[in-house]
Amino acid sequence: MLTHRIIPCLDVKAGRVVKGVNFVQLRDAGDPVEIARQYDAAGADELVFLDITASHEDRAIMLDVVRKVAEQCFMPFTVGGGIRAIGDVTALIQAGAEKVSINTAAVVMPDIVAQTAKRFGRCATVVNIDPKRVPRAEFEARRAEREAKGLFAPRDSNPSTDYVFEVHTHGGRKPTGIEAVAWAQEVVRLGAGEIMLTSMDADGTKNGYDVEMTAAVSARVDVPVVASGGCGSPEHMRRVLTETRADAALAASIFHYGEYTIQETKRYLADRGVPVRLTAA
Amino acid sequence: MIGIVDYGVGNLRSVQKALEQLDARAAILAGPDQLRGIDRLILPGVGAYGDGMAMLRQRGWVAPVLDFIRTGKPFLGICLGLQLLFDGSEEDAPANGPLVPGLAALPGAVVRFREEQATPRLKVPHMGWNTLTWQRDDPLLRGLNQGDAVYFVHSYYARPVESAARPVASAMCDYGGPFCASLWRDNVWATQFHPEKSQRVGLKILANFAAV
Repeated sequence: MLTHRIIPCLDVKAGRVVKGVNFVQLRDAGDPVEIARQYDAAGADELVFLDITASHEDRAIMLDVVRKVAEQCFMPFTVGGGIRAIGDVTALIQAGAEKVSINTAAVVMPDIVAQTAKRFGRCATVVNIDPKRVPRAEFEARRAEREAKGLFAPRDSNPSTDYVFEVHTHGGRKPTGIEAVAWAQEVVRLGAGEIMLTSMDADGTKNGYDVEMTAAVSARVDVPVVASGGCGSPEHMRRVLTETRADAALAASIFHYGEYTIQETKRYLADRGVPVRLTAA
Repeated sequence: MIGIVDYGVGNLRSVQKALEQLDARAAILAGPDQLRGIDRLILPGVGAYGDGMAMLRQRGWVAPVLDFIRTGKPFLGICLGLQLLFDGSEEDAPANGPLVPGLAALPGAVVRFREEQATPRLKVPHMGWNTLTWQRDDPLLRGLNQGDAVYFVHSYYARPVESAARPVASAMCDYGGPFCASLWRDNVWATQFHPEKSQRVGLKILANFAAV
């Protein structure tokens, strides 16, 4: 039986993990390679590295991190953040990233999704979608603007609510005028083999995933969806994995600060009937 | 020495590093001229079937790989490397047209998971950790427990032509129905999953391959 993946997410800046990771065993709390090895040993199902670096020089450092992780961790991992052109994708894959996650670039130039899928396969092509709830009228104004420019701008498929799940880019700062479900379907058509779905409303709150939004998107695409944003406890994972069609749950601080171990989290889920992979401690 | 066939698809370092961690010596082979002294061969691979076959041909690997298999020395295909062993694949083939031809070292076709083959609809690609059920005593799976999970990421899978006298599949996995997760016939092994990404269980399989 296919198990649900439990995925720690690491933010990397200039080759260092930020938001610190609080493992007792760690000699260097900022070393992404050492942290990755710890999560590997702890039985994490996959790792996500988000490069939050701005400068060009730091991109080379990130590639070095990816290379080292690939050589020392025998588990799947995805790298996202800062992908602006197909050349960035190629460099990450050649460094050993198994999957790359494209976010803002997919909105700015959707062809990058198709190119990534064509060169490296759908299985390596992840699109990160960051929706936020916005009032319908605000969304509609931006959508109409896009439509006037001849851009992808379908009407919201669920006009019964007074809010819309609007895709944002640039770390949640920039609204796009694109509705999340329609965008998810569009990137799958373009070649995405997985969607990482991060609620900009829930992210950082630790109040739980946006179950309604995750349910809406995961029911309408035929590729795996990773729920992200807002995880504060294993119960939040149980909810999003049982009440939606999400395949995986991503979390950061609950693992990094040692609030819950991967083992405890998986045991909690397994005891409540959620299929997860249990590994020997 | 274990050889890893480099035909320009994907990063091969993780396979090599996994073997090195197990104290097995492994070399990435840029071309068939480097096969001297290789007593075990691994065909890895990610990406599309047609591209994979085209690259094998372009780099002159097709005949040397088949010759190596005929020598009886241990051979391991991983993911696309498993699929390429078969007669052909639906991937990149025209609808209702002929399959894209493979190496034809094993009888059978490679087909795509269908979203409608399960309710609720199957998500394709099949991505994540799924459990193995062995069919028989495969030396590559020794030391594993029935139901151990390994890491899969693929949209296509092989349908071997099975015969009681010469079985192909050695372990099955379930995703909208059973499919061939690993195979073993004579000196040929292959896994649809990625042992080099499957943590402890995967490393055990690679260690077994280094010792068969």
